[in-house]
Amino acid sequence: MDMLSNVAAPQWADASLAAVLFAIDPVGTGGISVHAHAGSVRDQWLANVRALLPQATPIRRMPVNIADERLLGGLDLGATLSAGKIVAMRGLLADADGGVVVVAMAERLSGATAARIAAVIDRGEVAVERDGIALRQPTRFGVIVLDEGLSDDETPPAALLDRLAFQLNFAGVRYDEATTSEMAVAEIATARARLQNIVVGDDIIEALCAAAVALGVASIRGTVLAVNVARAHAALEGRDAALPEDATVAARLVLGPRATQLPQDDNQSPEEQPDQPEPPPEPPEDNADDKEPEADTEEIDVPDQPLEDVVLEAATAAIPADLLAQLRLGQARRGQAKTSGKAGAARASKNRGRPIGAAKGEPRAGVRLNVIETLRAAAPWQRIRAQTRPPGRTNAIEVRRDDFRITRFKNRTETTTIFVVDASGSSALNRLAEAKGAVELLLADCYVRRDRVALVSFRGKAAEILLAPTRSLARAKRQLASLPGGGGTPLAAAIDAAFLLAQSITRKDETPVIVFLTDGRANVARDGTSGRAKAQEDAFNSARQIRAAAMTTLLVDTSPQSSPIGPQLAVELGARYLSLPYADARLLSKAIQAAVPVAS
Amino acid sequence: MAIEFPFSAIVGQDEMKLALMIAAVDPTVGGVLVFGDRGTGKSTAVRALADLLPPMKAVVGCRYNCDPSSGAQCEDCRARKGKAPKTHIVPVPVVDMPLGATEDRVVGALDLERALAQGIKAFEPGLLARANRGFLYIDEVNLLEDHLVDLLIDVAASGENVVEREGLSVRHPARFVLVGSGNPEEGELRPQLLDRFGLSVEVKTPTDLKLRIEVVKRRDRFERDRAGFIETWKPQDEKIRAQIIAGRKRLTDVAVSEGFLEKVAELCMKLGTDGLRGELTLLRAARALASLDGAKAVTDQHLKRIAPPALRHRLRRNPLDDSGSTVRVDRAIAELFGP
Repeated sequence: MDMLSNVAAPQWADASLAAVLFAIDPVGTGGISVHAHAGSVRDQWLANVRALLPQATPIRRMPVNIADERLLGGLDLGATLSAGKIVAMRGLLADADGGVVVVAMAERLSGATAARIAAVIDRGEVAVERDGIALRQPTRFGVIVLDEGLSDDETPPAALLDRLAFQLNFAGVRYDEATTSEMAVAEIATARARLQNIVVGDDIIEALCAAAVALGVASIRGTVLAVNVARAHAALEGRDAALPEDATVAARLVLGPRATQLPQDDNQSPEEQPDQPEPPPEPPEDNADDKEPEADTEEIDVPDQPLEDVVLEAATAAIPADLLAQLRLGQARRGQAKTSGKAGAARASKNRGRPIGAAKGEPRAGVRLNVIETLRAAAPWQRIRAQTRPPGRTNAIEVRRDDFRITRFKNRTETTTIFVVDASGSSALNRLAEAKGAVELLLADCYVRRDRVALVSFRGKAAEILLAPTRSLARAKRQLASLPGGGGTPLAAAIDAAFLLAQSITRKDETPVIVFLTDGRANVARDGTSGRAKAQEDAFNSARQIRAAAMTTLLVDTSPQSSPIGPQLAVELGARYLSLPYADARLLSKAIQAAVPVAS
Repeated sequence: MAIEFPFSAIVGQDEMKLALMIAAVDPTVGGVLVFGDRGTGKSTAVRALADLLPPMKAVVGCRYNCDPSSGAQCEDCRARKGKAPKTHIVPVPVVDMPLGATEDRVVGALDLERALAQGIKAFEPGLLARANRGFLYIDEVNLLEDHLVDLLIDVAASGENVVEREGLSVRHPARFVLVGSGNPEEGELRPQLLDRFGLSVEVKTPTDLKLRIEVVKRRDRFERDRAGFIETWKPQDEKIRAQIIAGRKRLTDVAVSEGFLEKVAELCMKLGTDGLRGELTLLRAARALASLDGAKAVTDQHLKRIAPPALRHRLRRNPLDDSGSTVRVDRAIAELFGP
């Protein structure tokens, strides 16, 4: 079958193939994550997916800030009140049974919502225990995640991505390359019917497992999904059993994008096209349970295993080009808790965040009334109130002011403390060790408050983010200890770096606190040239951005003698000023505590 | 979904399986926390355990599945005292607490329907009532909302659920084995909740290729033919069930020597665990383990095997020390028993 071969862009060809395989087995493949801007390419692709699915397939678009009662189901208030008995409402996930859930703006999806969806995927049913309703509704669906994240720290929750076979990226696909699918729905239906009876042999499974290990794909779900994709591809090709070709497609589409390391065997070029004729497959082993391939992760002897070789090669070809960059960020990107909400919105709010229960109170000034709890509070009194009711009014539920219950919300305002450490020559000579000591004390403080920390250092020509925001204080300590000193003082670059980092933290509705440890004497300008006057001016200019953004900042002056530059920089930053000679541990800790807005 | 992956078919993850079996043998060990990587079969194992639990005797018509021979009964059952209640055999409840559960469904609340339609003030029991004498399982326990965590901490400690809301005043027994699972990347657990778990298990994705292949194969076979797969593993599952039943029977007969108690205390002192809960859990878990093994007395080997899951979550954490808790427990064991 070569219905895809006339398409120019390989990315689009893969995207089309992924759409077809997904349409054949939406549940088994889990779904597709699409990294692309909203636009005609993505729209065309979505239209293709729709066209591939049977006519009656439910497709539900899920807004990113969906409430639990809409997602999972809950009490249908209108129906309940008019019927006088509990009427349940189906949620979006139950409605999508047999179809597809499309998650828009998934990069803003909260970890909590992702976990709910993941639980439903794993169980094959929605479990509702809400608002007086307990029910189980079976549902199986595929998920399409639309990811418009611009930067590396804006990604859909890992818990959800882990359960989707495909990760597509439309960057570089021109709109004229995005063509209509030529696949007929009938073909998909035939493949679907065939799916259940297709055998995926042990040799295929072993090859996919080996490739996953070589590429550092940790989660076993990735491999399980790859097996299902190989099966779907075999169904598409009209086979009864999966062949090595199917495994290479699965490896390319599923394992490649998940790779976290390059395979040890480095004699293959990543540019190699995977669609070349395959070498003959190794005959399947009969007794795979006892005869084992190499069991060690480090030494997979690829040449002895032609099939694994082929599969691995295919996957390697699909490794994203920025793998190395991602690897460096990888540790930090994992496990970032996300909060829901819009960027830049006011943080303190009575009606945003996760509901944390109900309390007595009156619904005013934007506080949300919790209708169900209010009804519950009113219910016991109905008989008594009916007796005192003025004649003429009947059959109404009487709700009084005392009954009002409001939903309490909690906004997680996590704090990330960014330490900006001056490791330049002037500082190294003087106080780098002391500054390190001070940061260490502050780290212990951050632990108490469950803060995250980030580390920026600057020396020579540039500033460097040593540690992206993390909760691992041990890593921060290690990084700090190995921080070398010496070189110029590119203060402007450091302030800029800290500012950008702080902005990205603010975008996630978290609170950044910036702590500078420097003597404030810049001698490398923003463009990397040396020269004290220009450097100092640049530094002050950069500092003004931070003041304008009203970020919480602390300047710990590490200069040996008091000089006017430190305080002046503090003014430009809008920072609290603290001079290290007088800053013992307690004082520093207090200063930070005073600087951090109370978050609870 | 009625059909669960069989417990015995789970590849590797021995510590997790052992901890769950110990909790099944002796519920007083106090629950299991399973923390670890994605896709390691955490929730699969917990749900599979449900099929292995031997059924229990309960009072007919009791909403809390009261034990006819126990003192911890609900008000109705206690009022019935004197007359022997009718009993029946019921499966041990394994109650799933789904994400997004609301407080009223967890603790129980006023029955809204009866209140609105008939004006009757009636209590509608929640998940805690259903979990009485069984297991309460919380997947993604670290994503649980704080006010629910507070509730659980209280109930898990007292074994009783006290409801004071909407003019209701109800108390009923809620003794359950708390089982939680989660991924540490999503967030940490409050120390108070950590402490409620008797055993804490860390699961990792197997890096061994052979094991991984076996996981994928079994998963695939299960998905393609659930009934057949379960049939294949039935004998293995039966073996484990028999082991649990035998372990329960033998439990009271397992001897614990004076010297063993000293070693338990010494180990906890070395590690500086807070409170006595560590010692108690260690003792009970070691006894349950010995009983599962069919041993007549608890030995050092049992202690060595069970000390990491019983103690690792009770150590005071030093935020700037990256050596994991498991390493510290292992070190203390090595010091105590020699290499």
